[in-house]
Amino acid sequence: MGRYLIRRLLIAVPSLLGISVVLFTVLALAPGDPFGELASNVNVPPEVAAGLRAKFGLDDPIALRYLRWLLAMLHGDWGFSFVSRMDVDTLIRQRLPATLLVIGSSQLVALLIALPVGVYSALRPYSLFDQIANLLAFIGFSLPTFFTGLLFILLFSIYLDWLPFVFQADISATGWQWYWEEFKQAVMPVSVLALLQAASWTRYVRSAVLEVIRLDYVTTARAKGLPERTVVVKHIVRNALIPVVTLVALQMPALFGGAIVTEQIFRIPGIGSLLISSILANDTPVIMAVTFVFAGLVILFNLVADILYGWLDPRIAYR
Amino acid sequence: MAGSTLASPTVSTGQQHSLAAAPASPGIETWRRFCRHRLAVASTAILAAMLLAVAFGPLLWQVPINDIDFGAHLEGPSWAHPLGTDDLGQDLLARMLYGGRISLAVGLAAALVAIIVGTAIGAIAGMSRGSIDAALMWLTDLFLSLPPLPLLLLVIYLFRESLKQLVGPEFGTFILIVAVIGGFRWMQVARLVRAQFLSLREKEFVEAARALGMSSSRLVVRHILPNSLGPIIVAGTIDVAAAIIAESTLSFLGLGFPPDIPTWGRILFDAKDYLDIAPHWALFAGGAIFLAVLSINFIGDGLRDALDPRTSA
Repeated sequence: MGRYLIRRLLIAVPSLLGISVVLFTVLALAPGDPFGELASNVNVPPEVAAGLRAKFGLDDPIALRYLRWLLAMLHGDWGFSFVSRMDVDTLIRQRLPATLLVIGSSQLVALLIALPVGVYSALRPYSLFDQIANLLAFIGFSLPTFFTGLLFILLFSIYLDWLPFVFQADISATGWQWYWEEFKQAVMPVSVLALLQAASWTRYVRSAVLEVIRLDYVTTARAKGLPERTVVVKHIVRNALIPVVTLVALQMPALFGGAIVTEQIFRIPGIGSLLISSILANDTPVIMAVTFVFAGLVILFNLVADILYGWLDPRIAYR
Repeated sequence: MAGSTLASPTVSTGQQHSLAAAPASPGIETWRRFCRHRLAVASTAILAAMLLAVAFGPLLWQVPINDIDFGAHLEGPSWAHPLGTDDLGQDLLARMLYGGRISLAVGLAAALVAIIVGTAIGAIAGMSRGSIDAALMWLTDLFLSLPPLPLLLLVIYLFRESLKQLVGPEFGTFILIVAVIGGFRWMQVARLVRAQFLSLREKEFVEAARALGMSSSRLVVRHILPNSLGPIIVAGTIDVAAAIIAESTLSFLGLGFPPDIPTWGRILFDAKDYLDIAPHWALFAGGAIFLAVLSINFIGDGLRDALDPRTSA
């Protein structure tokens, strides 16, 4: 298991490097120049502008600039936000917990919905329950997150007036009241994301269970007289989860898209809304850093999926 | 296999042998299997109606999309304005019809870009063994692990202004959005095509054609590609839905088309601040996106049943 883990970690490094190359190339190919304003400013003599360019190494070959940028990123020097007037890494560290909280709890809720529904549909394929679940799943992943969010606000905040639709980072209440308020404001964003995830996961779980259920060892388990519960939980679900984990990991990048939209709708102070506001404010260092963090998170979650995979399927770890 | 038992009696067997290059399943049989998926048939009708509406609707409903009338702002549906009006009193039906053209066109064009790029990369990887294959698949996996929306936003942020100056705000944004959405969605198609190619190039009929002296490129175009069309079509259909969502998301975040081009996502973006007083505004736009995406997804599901007998167990 330890060696397997180390191998997966080593595989993640080239992916991160690849992503950093893609990001840097996009930035380098983009028209526009950080010193463009200096060049057109008549008060700045050309030799001063040229000196500044040389000082910051803007005329160096692209490979050298990339290496310098990468080293700075590795040192934790992520640049300075022009708009927020603080270091980018501090800014991201402030915003990241909210994003992770929303994404994490939505994954959990999605799992709690998708697993039972998917398994139950597959155990009774083409039953009424299965057909309704299938229809709802189609509706679920055809509903764009921004529309689900607006529908939720319309229903729960405006008509029913149960939940607040603007996320507050500093709630004045204390104790249980504080937890209650936090819970109330997290319900809508979390369920918007969870519904999207649960819809596609239900279909994955269903088809994976359908694949496993007709295998011989399941028949054997039933023939041994094991209770149905044990057959389903220990023999069917555990093996069906192996392909599901892969598919879930593949979905991860799309989830971050949903998270950005959700944060924007409910005004959650996470890195997704930070990305949008810095794009609108032309704050390049923050944009680069947030995109990189998102890519890093995808790789991190892929790593988690690999570890889960090794746990679900011991054959892999020994290979 | 199941495929051979399904062969319909309307097709003579002799024809199948002589037409090795024709698509694997005869058209009638495919159509019959598609029709068995009732939701897919209904979705086709809905989508056709939407396409007709956005194509010919503006000719029938000749209300200008930017006719400002503050006397009639934020009105609900009425005879004068069947879908109501927005905050400037502009007619929503006209705006929805006009915007639908762009939303659906972006979806189709972006999916086309994704299919072309994906097919090309998958075909090259599938036909060439060794290092080229490995490199292309590494690239595909790398793209699969990139988060698409943050990168879409980054690319649009960086390139928007210069492309606008080059070819004008409307067309520039269109090209940019189509290219970028397509450029981040080709991976699934590439993997499918490569897998198809790997298995097809070892089949007897391909070997026979090669033995007859057919060149590699002709082999791909005449024999291998037509036989791998099924999964490509299915993946492409799903891509149209995903591209429509991607475009609407960009517009909804205020980073897609400029404000004077009312795509469905853009209408929703404008409507979200008036949710409490004019919910019809957001509901019509969001409902249109939802209906289009849902019906495309159902059509994709029906096509999967029709074109790929193995998965329709």
